[in-house]
This record gives sequence, structure tokens and C-alpha cells, in this order.
Amino acid sequence: MRITGLILILLLGGLLIYGALDFPIWGDPQSPASNHLSPYYIEHTMTDTSVPNVVTSVLADYRGYDTMFETVVIFTAGIVSFFLLRIFKKAVPESRLYRHIPTGVTLRIEKGGKVPDESNHFERIDSVWIPYDLVIRTTCRMIIPFIQIFALYVIAHGHHSPGGGFQGGVIFGASVVLFAIGFNLRQAIKQLGEKFVTFMCALGVSIYAGTGIFCVLMKSKYLDYSALAALFGTDPVTARSHGILIVEIGVGIAVMAAMIMLYYNLASAGKHDEGL
Amino acid sequence: MNDVLTFIISRSNYIIYILLMMLGMYGIFAKKNYMKKIIGMNILQTAIILFFISISAKRGATIPILEIHNDHGTHATAQAINYINPLPHVLMLTAIVVAVATLGVALAMAIKIYTDFKTIEEDKILSELEKNAKNENG
Repeated sequence: MRITGLILILLLGGLLIYGALDFPIWGDPQSPASNHLSPYYIEHTMTDTSVPNVVTSVLADYRGYDTMFETVVIFTAGIVSFFLLRIFKKAVPESRLYRHIPTGVTLRIEKGGKVPDESNHFERIDSVWIPYDLVIRTTCRMIIPFIQIFALYVIAHGHHSPGGGFQGGVIFGASVVLFAIGFNLRQAIKQLGEKFVTFMCALGVSIYAGTGIFCVLMKSKYLDYSALAALFGTDPVTARSHGILIVEIGVGIAVMAAMIMLYYNLASAGKHDEGL
Repeated sequence: MNDVLTFIISRSNYIIYILLMMLGMYGIFAKKNYMKKIIGMNILQTAIILFFISISAKRGATIPILEIHNDHGTHATAQAINYINPLPHVLMLTAIVVAVATLGVALAMAIKIYTDFKTIEEDKILSELEKNAKNENG
């Protein structure tokens, strides 16, 4: 198998290199890829959508359907991780570790033992417990708000600088994942519950699809944001840029929630009990 | 010899993507460990992303974010020759999303397999499956 695979791969690589002989040289302004559709986007984005970032305008307006179903793909990935891994059955835990906070003594509660209440005296700890680390927790506490502000900036400023819903959503999701790693998974789930995150994921997709349906209700085509002009009180071209912002926010919410869902389910193998 | 050198220098982006793609496909084909297969899949996807991003490059052009105003403060019409091709960037943005989705689902399946079989080595899983089939028949 290994040898067959190697031979096949080498054959494929040879074929691809043979094909690359006819490809345009790197950075050629006259290459076929850059000469058919893309000049239209670059020259018309200002007059069509008033968005200077061509990537954003192509992503959310010219190719709006593609991006909408891309959001659905992300949503599906989150849901799939939930259905594959999530374990709801409340089995009696094998053994759990509790730490008595005033004395620092760790108790192992064996299977079937009486579990102390979560209170100021007892704190549940992971089986691979790392002692309270001031540096990690302080750094997380200081840096997470800035990561989240930056994520919002990336979403909101995607029209004029590199950015957009996907990037901002991933950054926002990463801040929650950092919280879950720096503190622990249970605390993260206490802050952003599973139901809330799943709801946000569906809400993001609904914002995108709902904007399209709203355009239809305004007697225009699906995802034709110029129909929103009456709503914003602007001309149709500016309305398109506002419409792009709305769907980018939807994308950002969906991506953020899907990242968090994936992390919750993958890190704890569906138990939502002990994370990484 | 000269031709080969010209090819390597002028089309180095294609060579890099082909090498990465071969590496990723070899990982998917030959490795028995599911985790390594997933890593191979990701390398393959990265190779495709690099290929698309590299064909969007234009010599002497800048990122596809238009400068709305020129020096005189009036609207300038954008020339396509001054900005790199935005379309591959858009396509690859969505491809990255698909890569994240497939990675998440693949990891979830690997975890599920591990909880069932206590291993993610393909040959061990196959031998265990054969054993189970024999037990059911005999």
C-alpha cells in the first residue's frame, strides 16, 4: 500500500509539473485568471456597492449565495459535532476530584460517593489539574477583552480594510476558547451555555437568510440589498453596503458560535465535563 | 539545464503547491493513523489554497482594497491592473471555512472511533472488525 501510494503520488506530481509548464508565470498581469471576470469586480465595485474592499463586496454581494451556503456549512459542522459526540446520559462519575479551598486539600470522591456542593469551600478540579497560575489567568483576563474588541472591529471595518464576518467570528470564537483553556471548560460553559451558543449559530444563519427574504418582501430579488434603500433612507448603492454589513454580522455570529460549539464538543469528547 | 532553472524560478509557486499536495496525498494514502490522515488532508487543503492565492498575484499591483480618493481629493476610477485579482481570495476564504468544517467533523469522528475501539490505528481497527465478524458467524 505504501509503495503503491508513493508511485501514484509521484506519477500525479509528474503530471502536475508537466501541466504547470504551460501555466502563466507567477505574477503575470496578463494571466487568464485575471483577465475575464475580476476586472469587472475591481472597476465596478464602487459604482455598484460603494465598498472599497473588493473581497468583501464580491463575498457578500456578487457571490452572496455562495457565502450564505458557506455559513450553512459551518452551522452543519457545529451540529454534526454535537450529534456525533454529545453524551447526555448522566452516568455516575468514575471518580471526581474536589479541592478544599481554605486548606488546599484535594479529595478524591470514588464512584457512588457523596459529591460535595459547589460552594466557597469546595471547588471541582480536572483530573489533570494544574495549580492556580496567576500569570496565565491574569494574562487571559487582560487580553480577552482586547481580542473581542478587535474581533468586532474586524467585522465592522471589513468594508474598508482586510476583514469581514468569517475572520472576525473566528477571532471572537478564539477568545472564548482561550478563556476555556486558561480557566476551565465548566466555567466557560457557565458563561456561554450550550443552548445559547447553538441558538446564536442558528441566529447567524437566519440573519443572512432573513435579509434575503426581506429583500423579496420589499419586491426585489433574493439578496438584492438595494431593496433596503427605503429602510435605511439612503440611495440604493449605499443600501447595498449597509446590506453587506448586516449579512457580515450574521456570518460573524454563526462562525463564532460554531467555533465554540466545535471546541466544547471536541475538547471534552461530548461530555462537557473536563476540557483540555 | 537553463530551461529547467527558468521554469523553477518563474513558476516556483506551482512547484511549491505540487510538493505540498503530494505530501498531503501521501499522508492520506499511506499513513495508518487517522490523526495523521487528518493532518495530511489539511496539508492538501493548504496546498490548494496556496495555489489559488498565488494565481491571483499580479506584478506591481497591490491588495484589492481600492483607494477611493486620489491626490486631488476627487473620485478616481479604479484600474484593474493596479489591484490583484480578488476572486481567488474570495473563493479561498470560503475554502478555509470548508477546511475548518471538515477538520471539525473529522476530529469528531476520530474521537468517536477512539471511544469505540480504544485506538485510531486503521490496521488494528480492521483486525478487530474481522474478529467480531468471525465471532458472529461462528
